[in-house]
Amino acid sequence: MALRVFLWARSLARWCKGTRAMAKGKLSGAEIVLKVLEEEKTEILFGYPGGAVLPLYDALFQQKAIRHILVRQEGGAIHAAEGYARSSNRVGVVLVTSGPGATNVVTGLTDALMDSVPIVCLTGQVPTHLIGNDAFQEADTTGITRPCTKHNYLVKDVDDLARVMRDAFYVARTGRPGPVVVDLPKDVLQAMARYTPPPAKSGAHLSYRPRMRADADAINRAVELIAGAKRPIFYSGGGVINSGPKASKLLAKFVGKTGYPITSTLMGLGAYPSRNKQFLGMLGMHGTFEANLSMYNCDVMVAVGARFDDRVTGKLSEFAPKAKKIHIDIDPSSINKNVMVEVPVIGDCATVLGQLIKRWGEVKAKPDAKALNKWWAQIAKWRARKCLSYEMNDDVIKPQYALERLQALTRGMDVYFSTEVGQHQMWAAQFLQFDKPNRWLTSGGLGTMGYGLPAAIGAQVAHPKSLVIDVAGEASLLMNMQEFSTAAQYRLPVKVFILNNQYMGMVRQWQELLYGGRYAESYMASLPDFVKLAETFHGTGLIAKKPSEVDDVIKEMIRTDDMVIADIRIDPLENCFPMIPSGAAHCDMLLGPADKAATPVSEEGMVLV
Amino acid sequence: MCRVREAAPRGKDDQVSEDGIERHIIAVLVENEAGVLARVVGLFSGRGYNIECLNVAEIDPEAGQSRITVVTSGTPQIIEQIKAQLTRLVPVHKVSDLTQEGPHVGRELALIKVRGRGEKRVESLRIADIFRAGVVDSTSRSFVFEITGAPEKIDAFIQLMAPLGLVDVSRTGVVAIARGEKPI
Ligand SMILES: Cc1ncc(C[n+]2csc(CCOP(=O)(O)OP(=O)(O)O)c2C)c(N)n1
Ligand SMILES: [Mg+2]
Repeated sequence: MALRVFLWARSLARWCKGTRAMAKGKLSGAEIVLKVLEEEKTEILFGYPGGAVLPLYDALFQQKAIRHILVRQEGGAIHAAEGYARSSNRVGVVLVTSGPGATNVVTGLTDALMDSVPIVCLTGQVPTHLIGNDAFQEADTTGITRPCTKHNYLVKDVDDLARVMRDAFYVARTGRPGPVVVDLPKDVLQAMARYTPPPAKSGAHLSYRPRMRADADAINRAVELIAGAKRPIFYSGGGVINSGPKASKLLAKFVGKTGYPITSTLMGLGAYPSRNKQFLGMLGMHGTFEANLSMYNCDVMVAVGARFDDRVTGKLSEFAPKAKKIHIDIDPSSINKNVMVEVPVIGDCATVLGQLIKRWGEVKAKPDAKALNKWWAQIAKWRARKCLSYEMNDDVIKPQYALERLQALTRGMDVYFSTEVGQHQMWAAQFLQFDKPNRWLTSGGLGTMGYGLPAAIGAQVAHPKSLVIDVAGEASLLMNMQEFSTAAQYRLPVKVFILNNQYMGMVRQWQELLYGGRYAESYMASLPDFVKLAETFHGTGLIAKKPSEVDDVIKEMIRTDDMVIADIRIDPLENCFPMIPSGAAHCDMLLGPADKAATPVSEEGMVLV
Repeated sequence: MCRVREAAPRGKDDQVSEDGIERHIIAVLVENEAGVLARVVGLFSGRGYNIECLNVAEIDPEAGQSRITVVTSGTPQIIEQIKAQLTRLVPVHKVSDLTQEGPHVGRELALIKVRGRGEKRVESLRIADIFRAGVVDSTSRSFVFEITGAPEKIDAFIQLMAPLGLVDVSRTGVVAIARGEKPI
């Protein structure tokens, strides 16, 4: 009975609203927001309701085009949107309320800014006449998020709403992608306005026009330098992935044409197939011996969509000291920011790679085969060092072993990996392999613990049929574990593969190597029983304590249809090698436990993070 | 309109000091929207760049455009970064490094209040005359002078006023424009 009354009231309300709107040809601000989301082909909203956004939730309730995923904390919503965006090359959309809802997304916005992830985040705001009054749940959202967004807007007039929303998507998605906040006062969501569909040919943005094509001159100089190289290396980054799958294809094509070696940043993994012989593995602080030494010794470096982050360069004054550098980037401010380069090439990775390939063919460029053979022979020697080898053990699970097994048992599957932040993340980067872009979701620039689970949820929403695995540390996982409840609600069968060392392992490693083994606050006492935790969230819990149990747990995890937490109890004291201590050069790598005393970290190095 | 000054010594705007630090006048054409000034100022403070002075005013109400003039200093690499970062801001139309791009005129306006009687009062008026500063307000015990010119000229004027009863100074910071026929 009650239900019927409710349904009747609802249809009456819809009817009233319909006639009212029809009579005036107007829509509410909330409806306009949804209209533009539809225009932008948004299918999913990750959000959490509250007073200021109730008009939007009410409008959402009355439509079917857009699906809302209710997270358990707004921080989860934005990481989920990041996972969704990065795994699908679409814009991730977030909806949160004013005040605490908005402040809870600040970490995720910063994360998306650092890693150039396209996000549109709609935040509720108190009604315009209360702004500045310290009203209930008021926060200066545009003020707070100004430094952690690509751009943000406060909409004060419902007549501006559609334009601003379209603008927000355009800015988030084009150029170097990034997060954009649209702050929506409640009265603007309720006000009525005429909705006009977007102009058929949308004109160029007034002041924001990213450059896609590079100057012919820069292309010519780059090709000349690349063709004349004796010890060349490609160094690719997340920009290739952001540019879209075509960029990855063209990268592989160009690298193939040259026959040169290629390394990748953490964010760039997957842009070039890891299994290809020309791939040297990841570079940087925990990169491979061969990648870092090739960078150190190269004479021509081609940076493609990478930004010379300090985790990559190590000591700047000794970064690739003999190299002439070519830097391809869509963001002119990335050029000469950390490292001065000889040939800046400003443009979109896919476009520029296409231009390079074309020019390469036109001038019939031929690499110096003799020099290249010598270079590869040298690289083979570095490779022979087998820097990722580890000591196998029958009693204790080595994290490297667990990941090797995970890699082997998921090989060829339609799989996405996310990670949390710490040692497990670096091991995952070293031991997992990728044939395709968009399959690797990790927090690189900001290094946000708690990213992996919500990101996996977002990726699973985007790819409901795929296998999505969060390679987690037990400490990081606890930072956003409320999102298990989200996974449960939507039956998202994410798999959480915990490399459980019962330590904040990365912190412990630094304390061991740099702070005399004084393990201040890096032990995770009183950890939950992860098997029971999985069960309490309506999932399946598995545990492996011995190497012999690892395969079975992984197989069981893959086989299981619902959410799984696999608690892999690994060696608590294992360190992640190779390691370039902070402030050291690429040629000063610690390769294993025996190396640790050899190179004390300099005083300058100690102040670095 | 807005003025952020740091205690850096004033010199010629394209002065290069021994440590390779250069001083540049940069003109920025922006969309006149809420928060645009905060974006620019936040960029400077967030990335640790210097602002010696900064001002902003709407220059084209129809097109809704404002012009910001900022005087900053840094190594050539930092100056390039500053310009690239400014250009990256979504509401920025154009960034022009007047110092680099050639000859330009830079002017500042100041209002200076001097309080006093007798000989000192007469002396302040005489100096104002030499500097072509006008009197825009006066009481029996005070003057407000208006002076425009290069910042160094204003510095010199203020210095001379100090012993004569200087009580208040308000300066606009430099506004600048390129010489010749070409617009920004
Ligand atoms: C939000 C946040 N807080 C603190 C840190 C600093 N931090 C980096 S790694 C790490 C330890 C991570 O521990 P765990 O998740 O167990 O991963 P492990 O290193 O043990 O594999 C910490 C505290 C961080 N990256 N993010
Ligand atoms: Mg741990």
